[in-house]
Amino acid sequence: MYLFFFYLVLADEEFDELCFEFGLELDEITSEKELISKEQGDSKASGASDVILYKIDVPANRYDLLCLEGLVRGLQVFKNKLDAPRYTRVSPVSGQPQRLIITKETAAVRPHAVAAVLRNITFTQERYDSFIELQEKLHQNICRKRSLVAIGTHDLDTISGPFTYTAKPPGDICFKPLNQTKEYTATQLMSLYKSDSHLKHYLHIIEDKPVYPIIYDSNGIVLSMPPIINGDHTKITLKTKNVFIECTATDLTKAKIVLDMMVTMFKVNFTCFNNLILIISCLLSSEFINHKVGINESTENIAQLLTRMCLLSRATGVGDEIEVEIPPTRSDVIHACDIMEDAAIAYGFNNITRTTPRTYTVANQFPLNKLTELLRQDLAAAGFTEALNFALCSQEDIGDKLGKKISETRAVHISNPKTAEFQVARTTLLPGLLKTIAANRKMPLPLKLFEISDVVLKDDTKDVGARNSRRFCAVYYNKSPGFEVIHGLLDRAMQLLEVKSARGDGYHIQAADDSTFFPGRCAEVFVHGKSVGRLGVLHPDVINRFELTMPCSALEIDIEPFL
Amino acid sequence: MRQGGNEVFWELDVTSGLSRASYGSNMADTGVVEALLRLVEKADDGVDSVQVASRLGVDHQVVVGAVKSLQALGDVISADLCSSKHWELTEEGTEIAEQGSHEARVFSSIPLEGLVQSELMKLSFGKIGFSKAMSNKWIRVDKTHEGGPRIFRTVDSIVDQVQEKLLLLQKGSGSELEEKEKNELKKRKLLSEVTVKSYWITKGSSFSTTITKQETELTPEMMANGSWKEKKFKPYNFEAMGVAPDSGHLHPLMKVRTQFRQIFLEMGFTEMPTNNFIESSFWNFDSLFQPQQHPARDQHDTFFLSDPALAHEFPQEYLQRVKKVHSEGGFGSQGYKYDWKIEEAQKNILRTHTTAVSARMLYKLAQQKFTPVKYFSIDRVFRNETLDATHLAEFHQIEGVVADYGLTLGDLMGILHQFFTKLGITKLRFKPAYNPYTEPSMEVFSYHEGLKKWVEVGNSGIFRPEMLLPMGLPEGVSVIAWGLSLERPTMIKYGINNIRELVGHKVNLQMVYDSPICRLDS
Repeated sequence: MYLFFFYLVLADEEFDELCFEFGLELDEITSEKELISKEQGDSKASGASDVILYKIDVPANRYDLLCLEGLVRGLQVFKNKLDAPRYTRVSPVSGQPQRLIITKETAAVRPHAVAAVLRNITFTQERYDSFIELQEKLHQNICRKRSLVAIGTHDLDTISGPFTYTAKPPGDICFKPLNQTKEYTATQLMSLYKSDSHLKHYLHIIEDKPVYPIIYDSNGIVLSMPPIINGDHTKITLKTKNVFIECTATDLTKAKIVLDMMVTMFKVNFTCFNNLILIISCLLSSEFINHKVGINESTENIAQLLTRMCLLSRATGVGDEIEVEIPPTRSDVIHACDIMEDAAIAYGFNNITRTTPRTYTVANQFPLNKLTELLRQDLAAAGFTEALNFALCSQEDIGDKLGKKISETRAVHISNPKTAEFQVARTTLLPGLLKTIAANRKMPLPLKLFEISDVVLKDDTKDVGARNSRRFCAVYYNKSPGFEVIHGLLDRAMQLLEVKSARGDGYHIQAADDSTFFPGRCAEVFVHGKSVGRLGVLHPDVINRFELTMPCSALEIDIEPFL
Repeated sequence: MRQGGNEVFWELDVTSGLSRASYGSNMADTGVVEALLRLVEKADDGVDSVQVASRLGVDHQVVVGAVKSLQALGDVISADLCSSKHWELTEEGTEIAEQGSHEARVFSSIPLEGLVQSELMKLSFGKIGFSKAMSNKWIRVDKTHEGGPRIFRTVDSIVDQVQEKLLLLQKGSGSELEEKEKNELKKRKLLSEVTVKSYWITKGSSFSTTITKQETELTPEMMANGSWKEKKFKPYNFEAMGVAPDSGHLHPLMKVRTQFRQIFLEMGFTEMPTNNFIESSFWNFDSLFQPQQHPARDQHDTFFLSDPALAHEFPQEYLQRVKKVHSEGGFGSQGYKYDWKIEEAQKNILRTHTTAVSARMLYKLAQQKFTPVKYFSIDRVFRNETLDATHLAEFHQIEGVVADYGLTLGDLMGILHQFFTKLGITKLRFKPAYNPYTEPSMEVFSYHEGLKKWVEVGNSGIFRPEMLLPMGLPEGVSVIAWGLSLERPTMIKYGINNIRELVGHKVNLQMVYDSPICRLDS
């Protein structure tokens, strides 16, 4: 509701403009009512709220903008309506800080854990919802669906430290999980949650491990079994005053970032342990920023620009030096260039003078593309029309349909195709052209098509084990096979490439056997004694497999030898 | 439809408009033309084409043909289109005109001694004729007669008015009848009203009964013997379409690609060799400082290879520096601080962007004494994404890269301004964005005059030091870069809504045949 309140003072266009300047994407202005009616129909939406909702996309590295509290704070500071917060770590008023003991058993399953306590927090329903929602967003984003980091939040007043993070065989773990009425062993839980639409996606993370991670308090109460489920005993409610937050992880850096987000979004003062670094101070020069951005601002101005991005900065007075404090909310800042970008955003990208670099260079075409461009023009001039087909296709397209065994092609295979259309990279341009004809059967005959494009072949001599090969392929589809037409096109292409018709030092064709072609109607093309491709009348079975009914002749050659 | 040379395309309906692809026509039957001219000569106020047809004993369409060919000669005749209605007997009407009405025939079939009703009903006209004759009170029925009902005449003689009227109409003297009478006959389906479209033909200003034969086309013989000087030539019909040439066509997306290449070349950019669709994760992601857990490296977004599954050759020293900057930081960076694995970097994929090639080129550049470069490429990239009307699993990426000492964000915006100006786009603005390998990163928006709003046209940024410094590029060198798709501007340029009609085998070849040349700035 903060957001609503804050932007009542701004018209939608102004808000849109602000998002643009700040690098947010205002996706949609809507309401709960509108959303429900769009998805489930007007009748279902009748009771829903019509409070305005702003759907905003935030940059993928700005976890601090994932919740309303952080987003509003960021924008208010940017608009000079609020001072940049300085986060501090405080010790509890009464006695020692809490401790989390990590045992060596966790190394086998989930080796890292960090924790913090938020004290004297007041939850309203909205704040509580936002707190839960932030957890869920972090789980989906930086935590990579809990595989890297899992967050657990607990009511500190229901438990007592020190806490122990350990790992045990699933049969030895037994507790009452969140929102259940009885105790289960971890083994039972895993089968219970197999049918849970939400939790079933996380089971694989620990399922086949010998031990499962588990957190106890000093009295043996289970806080959570990360990354699956919390205990019911410690659940937070609207009445919770002190929150214990634990993040278990396979990636310690990310665990720290996530914990930082969980504490800083809801309170500027908090306690945390595991030696988290709170604020990094860094020194840089205003000249660096001016130089990289292409502006000319004073050191003080630049310090102000950075402060508006929640990077508290001040001119130190030593030359053009600026001291920048990077708060725990800004895990995205890992290099001076990140600070430079923030200065540019605060300055306004569109206020920067556009300049022309003086870089002097002479242009060169890539010779293979130059040849391709020139050849395409003249092949179209020879009466053939250019087609443009996908580089990916099914195994069938380059195998069975052409009367070839897929194992005999040099095709590269894709391991994760969503459909059969993306099983392999094509090894020949022919299937694409035949499919183009099939999709255009209503067009008047003859159909004369060509394509000059890359196919992909396995090649052990390359670092990746495969290479592209640039091919020229043409087909003639009519009531008669038209071998002489396709042969004539080959002659024309050779003329264009300045290869004369001769055995040995020119080009010639010679009968060949190829299961794609009609027996006795296929020839191999030799240039300077080396085979570059084939031409001929296609086999009727091949034609039929591409759902065509007329005779068809085709030519395909490699054009790289003509460079 | 492609139309041929000498065929005649006169449509049979004389009211139809001009036919296509016919500059001239073959002369209609010369005999009919001459006969028509003689008739026109004799008639002072003109003749009707229908009447001419009946006088010459030919079909009306033949006369229409003659009229048209005479019109083509200039002002020999003038012909005005007119339409007239006239009555025509139906088949039944014609029969009655010949043999009399049904009722009259009933009357005359009845002898003085009368006729058994069942006998009468056996006659073809019996049933209709009986009831009409009864209502005319010409006959009567004696139902009590022995041997069944018998019919007798009630009058001595009758006048068959129906036959008389029909005969009048048949002779063309229908005007003597009243409308009411004609409508009655029409109701009995003996008469129908027909509209006839005909020409009213009168003498033209250069009327003559002898016409010079007009030549259709200039021939080599005429040119050789000079006879063309004396000949008259038939005028061309310039409203017709020409005959489409037999031609090949370039694909519209490739035409746009040619223009983009041209623009880069005009700006002094050298083309990168992008003919390597298969790339290792190392060059596609790791060298670009894209962390190994990044969502783009998921199975959901990237096509991985099962064969050949792994790349096996990397510049080892460079690989170590990349590993270090990811896992520990360095070059002024905190790094991502995670366990960087060679196994992940080795995985072969179909490249997700041509920036993988830019990385290879910049690495290569760093191995020599540094000279400033401007690079570009336009080639295919692959994404294992959900497909829709504007997204395919593969598309063409356009990319520009400039490396030099001291390049600024202002320089990037300036060069983008020049680039987009060449595309005819001058109103640009920039929005902060996030990209793992550029910092700052900017989305490029242009103002769309049609939509009256800002639309995204590309992405851009300055490559991160964590990408450039491990390659060995000098510290002060900045590399600015931008990218956009080739398909989107092409779809806008050629007004195509479904990408499948443009790219792939489902292409509409007619669209390819019909697509104009591509000038992006006009």
